[in-house]
Amino acid sequence: MAVLAGTDGAARPDAGGALLSVNNIEVIYDHVILVLKGVSLAVPEGRIVALLGANGAGKTTTLKAISNLLRAERGEVTKGAILYRGERVERLSPNDLVRRGVIQVMEGRHCFAHLTVEENLLTGAFTRRGGAEIRRDLDLVYRYFPRLEQRRKSLAGYISGGEQQMVAIGRALMARPRMILLDEPSMGLAPQIVEEIFEIVRRLNRAEGVSFLLAEQNTNIALGYADYGYILENGRVVLDGDAASLRANEDVKEFYLGLSASGRKSYREVKHYKRRKRWLA
Amino acid sequence: MELLHALVIDPIGAIADNPEFLLEVVIGGLLTGVMYSLVALGFVLIYKASGIFNFAQGVMVLFAALCFVGQLQLGMPLVMALLSTVAIMIALAFVIERVVLRPLVNQEPIILFMATIGITFFLTGLGQLVWGGDVKTLDIGLPKDPLIIGGVLVNEFDLTAAAVAGLLVAGLALFFQKTSIGRALRAVADDHQAALSVGIPLKTIWVIVWSVAGIVGLVAGIMWGTNLGVQFSLALVALKALPVLILGGFTSIPGAIVGGLIVGAGEKVAEVFWGPAFGGAIEDWFAYVLALVFLLFRPQGLFGERIIERV
Repeated sequence: MAVLAGTDGAARPDAGGALLSVNNIEVIYDHVILVLKGVSLAVPEGRIVALLGANGAGKTTTLKAISNLLRAERGEVTKGAILYRGERVERLSPNDLVRRGVIQVMEGRHCFAHLTVEENLLTGAFTRRGGAEIRRDLDLVYRYFPRLEQRRKSLAGYISGGEQQMVAIGRALMARPRMILLDEPSMGLAPQIVEEIFEIVRRLNRAEGVSFLLAEQNTNIALGYADYGYILENGRVVLDGDAASLRANEDVKEFYLGLSASGRKSYREVKHYKRRKRWLA
Repeated sequence: MELLHALVIDPIGAIADNPEFLLEVVIGGLLTGVMYSLVALGFVLIYKASGIFNFAQGVMVLFAALCFVGQLQLGMPLVMALLSTVAIMIALAFVIERVVLRPLVNQEPIILFMATIGITFFLTGLGQLVWGGDVKTLDIGLPKDPLIIGGVLVNEFDLTAAAVAGLLVAGLALFFQKTSIGRALRAVADDHQAALSVGIPLKTIWVIVWSVAGIVGLVAGIMWGTNLGVQFSLALVALKALPVLILGGFTSIPGAIVGGLIVGAGEKVAEVFWGPAFGGAIEDWFAYVLALVFLLFRPQGLFGERIIERV
């Protein structure tokens, strides 16, 4: 098996100074099911970091551990620490986290189907006071997603999947976040729409300074837009590195990008990564 | 042939003979229907925001009325008693959230439903313990005289009840459509998880919704209590709210109103004109038969939310 060269040379974000850092967390559902087995990662201020991996690798669980939507699903962080701007946040409620600037955009969009597009966006500002500012941010969201302004009176249940994803991101923006946890934005969308959404993510990142932690199965597009990436397998980080070095990595090419020097291999020969390393164990 | 006479010819004949009387019956029925709507409204609020069918709504109506009338009898001024009962209902909402809903979060709806049955027994017992089991008359000076408008006889009290219900519904509609909390309530009704993810705290929302349902219960309790006296059978009025909900749809505030009006008018008309054919007293079960027909042909009710499904 090829030696993984992912991490060398990559300026791995310094966990201490990062906006968000996750240190060796373990997550257990229902007191019995161990889903994350020591995941560590860091998101520096102003960056886009991708969390990659197959179905069931633990991407969504990692995001929910950070936003603390876990507790509503009877999951719990049993070990490790999550720090946001130096503060331990594992015990905070989602409401507290949104107030501090961390918000999750859930997989599958989860728009409020019986609310109009505009009402959906306004629910994002629930934790805020001050009508004039909220109004301004609504206009800002419409500038990023002009399509939503045309559809502002439509019920969110009846708009297209791409528009729903825009509503979900726009709704999160209305909370004035510093960090968005974006779960599988490409799910079920046409490639063209996916591209459009990622372009907007990049613009939000550059113009508004919002940092992103982005879970994706679509490794190709995620590494096209992210600065740094982590690959999860079976609840562990098996590889991390900056986007360019991950893209150049032979194993990533073979397993996640579907490219291989020796042509297509039989599925039987595909090996899973062994756990490569733990940073803080 | 005789049946045909009793079911079709006689009633139609009676209506044709005296259309003004029909109008009177319908108006009387509509005004009673408003009272059903008031009770049904409490169910809709809680069901919409938390998906819980609150079996205790009927007892909340009774409990609110008991607290109110009990304090009046202790000599408290009307406004004070009203305010303190509102405070009690809000406190009750806090307690229910803390003791019942929070520990049962994420459980099956049927378990929460069972828990509300528990609340029913608890409130019945508490009410009896504190205020006693005797029938109390409630008279807060609402007008009760009959009134003749355009040749039709109506009761002033019924008109007052209709006006109060109208105001209440208008207030609730404004609250749900125009305020940020109202919007959050509707968001929670749509998708709990997404509501959590944007920072809407479910606990607060539940307290608000149970408080509002308690206050609506108080209004219904005052109206029904004035009419029938405050007694424990008041809780059974809630049973009449069930067909109203099935007609109107469990999730719709306008549905609760229209459903109540249909049931109220329908049962009165049925009783007066079709009652003789069945030997009378069909008012008591007419609403349930109507509900059954609705369940067969339009289970989501008249205004129930269509389930939006995209393919």
